[in-house]
Amino acid sequence: MGTVQVKMPGRMREGEKAYSVDILPGPIPLRELFRDVWRHRELITVLASRDIRVRYKQTALGVLWAIVRPAVATFVFTFVFGNVAGLPSGTIPYPLLALSGVLAWSLFSEGVSAGSQSMLVNPNLVTKVYFPRIIMPMSATLRGLVDFAVAATFYFALAWIYGMPPGWKVAFLPIAVLYALFVSTGFTLWFSVLGVRYRDVAHALPFVLQALFWISPVGYAIAAIPERWAVPYWCNPLTSVIAIFRVSLLNEPLPETPLFLLSVAVSIIVFTGGLSLFRRAETRFADVI
Amino acid sequence: MNQSAISTSGLGKRYLLGERGPALGGRTLRDAMGSAVGRILRKEPRRDENPEIWALRDISLEVHEGEIVGIVGRNGAGKTTLLKILSRITRPTEGRARVRGRVASLLEVGTGFHRELTGRENIRLSGAVLGMRRAETEARFDEIVSFAGVEDFLDTPVKHYSTGMYLRLAFSVAAHLQPDILLVDEILAVGDLEFQKKCLGKMGEVVRGGRTILFVSHNLPAVQELCPRTILIDGGRILQDGRTDEVLRAYVGMYDKRGSSSEITPEMHDLQYNGDAFVRLLRVELENPYAGSFAVRWREPIRLTFHFEVRRDLPDAVFGLRVDSMHGTAVFGSHHTDGGDAPFRLPRGTYSLSVIVENPLQAGRFSISIGAHSAVTRDIYFLVPHAVSCEVLDIPFDAPRYIGKHLCLVNGDAQWSKPEPFEP
Repeated sequence: MGTVQVKMPGRMREGEKAYSVDILPGPIPLRELFRDVWRHRELITVLASRDIRVRYKQTALGVLWAIVRPAVATFVFTFVFGNVAGLPSGTIPYPLLALSGVLAWSLFSEGVSAGSQSMLVNPNLVTKVYFPRIIMPMSATLRGLVDFAVAATFYFALAWIYGMPPGWKVAFLPIAVLYALFVSTGFTLWFSVLGVRYRDVAHALPFVLQALFWISPVGYAIAAIPERWAVPYWCNPLTSVIAIFRVSLLNEPLPETPLFLLSVAVSIIVFTGGLSLFRRAETRFADVI
Repeated sequence: MNQSAISTSGLGKRYLLGERGPALGGRTLRDAMGSAVGRILRKEPRRDENPEIWALRDISLEVHEGEIVGIVGRNGAGKTTLLKILSRITRPTEGRARVRGRVASLLEVGTGFHRELTGRENIRLSGAVLGMRRAETEARFDEIVSFAGVEDFLDTPVKHYSTGMYLRLAFSVAAHLQPDILLVDEILAVGDLEFQKKCLGKMGEVVRGGRTILFVSHNLPAVQELCPRTILIDGGRILQDGRTDEVLRAYVGMYDKRGSSSEITPEMHDLQYNGDAFVRLLRVELENPYAGSFAVRWREPIRLTFHFEVRRDLPDAVFGLRVDSMHGTAVFGSHHTDGGDAPFRLPRGTYSLSVIVENPLQAGRFSISIGAHSAVTRDIYFLVPHAVSCEVLDIPFDAPRYIGKHLCLVNGDAQWSKPEPFEP
């Protein structure tokens, strides 16, 4: 202290010219948005790691919760769908079928529930400082990865016990995870914009997620759906998410291409629609929150 | 001349009143649908239901690299909105601005800290918010901590910090993370004198290091000391932009023209607290003016009458006022319920309300903020910051023992004994 620092890393870094920004009415241009997100990439992990730390503070089981929750869900689905309702699972042990669905579903739904509230629980960050707002839903979606990693380990252990370790198709798993995050972010963008505008969303969201849960093949096999319902059923983005997970983990054959692409197309529409809505709305977040 | 760091042309920002949801009981889908349905039933054309306000209009200015520019103006004049646009927290409604370099803003108290996080974590968070690499933040970590003087509380969540500590840390982070442009808003309003001096020193140092600062403050001596150039904003527009001493003279003059009755415009109601949706303060009168101006003599009670319009029924209003020095220090405040009186139940209508403020103030100029809140929910019905300014003249009212103008804000009486010999 006391001396004036001559070195100014803020300006000289990476040989960049003093970077200048034009501030105009309307949404932030896409190029500027990408550049800003890249500049603030560390903020994504800082926010995510903070939330993970807060989440398991003062819990007795800590990160074990990431195993307990899917384990209980798997047990219930196996009992209700597999034993009571007698839904088919082919040659696959029912618990593995259910758990692979639960893995994908949790990654998705936890991202959406956390992400859609991310703006509202951090009003200080929204009204007092600038960074691209999309970082908040993004980081909320990403933090589900830690729970996912723990639960996935549990899956591999269970698969090994059942003598059904994943085959070479497990190489698809990273793609499946990225795709799940993509879909999750798409939904989050919609809900976070609506959540800022209408506080109803906090009440409606659990309900919407629950409805989505039942129309997605989480606790049962996609094969359980009658042929004539196939097209509306595959309009659900979650169907393709869970399908890829089952391909990679259970060594299932690839699903029918047209139906699969239909589901992917809906995902892309949800995401791009959410992104454009978010970009238009984010300019007013600080005025409204 | 250096290149320009900030340049704006025709910058404007419009707010729709009543847009802030929660203050009006939360905007819900039902409200939105209800008003849409009502409109259809009454066959009204769709229109903006909310009156609009231009918080900022026609702002064209040029600030060069390495300049430190003061911004003064009454509350609600648009100073904070300007800083929010320049720091990209909110987008303008019209016009454009170009900003060169990395911007850090210190808006009001508390600036983007997360209350649950510790001081240490918040420093890292702020670095990441500024777009700094972790290593860059770490490199300045010790400097930040020692300037703020929070070494012993690094691992305490900042929600347990005192306002002073919180502010010191916020300032220290912003000043040491070396942004190219620093936007500072009312940072000196809180915090002790010593820290204020430290801040001013640091800001001077930052500017000598080639950075640019916009400094919003009611602390006129500080503006005078730091800034060669000052901009005066009123009603969202630039009134004057030039040498600090000239601009400050114009600013102080604005308060002088007001006479013993002061009209309150809707724009002066703090938008953050419902604007004038619940209560519109119309006029404040001084019942005992001295020489026809908004001034009283030393030790003379200040007799004020508020004229206001209640626009929605208020079940439980508590009226209050606060007196600040012109340097922005809160001196004292009062609620009408302080003596045990019940809150007011006020149906819609226009009212006048009188208050006699015992006057402990030393000679000088003071500003009075007026507002009301709900006794039950504590929600603020309205707030007019710095509604009027009142001069306390150095002419004694009743007491012959006038102490004279000195640096104190208030008079205090003390009982002194005679010296008594004692054996050590």
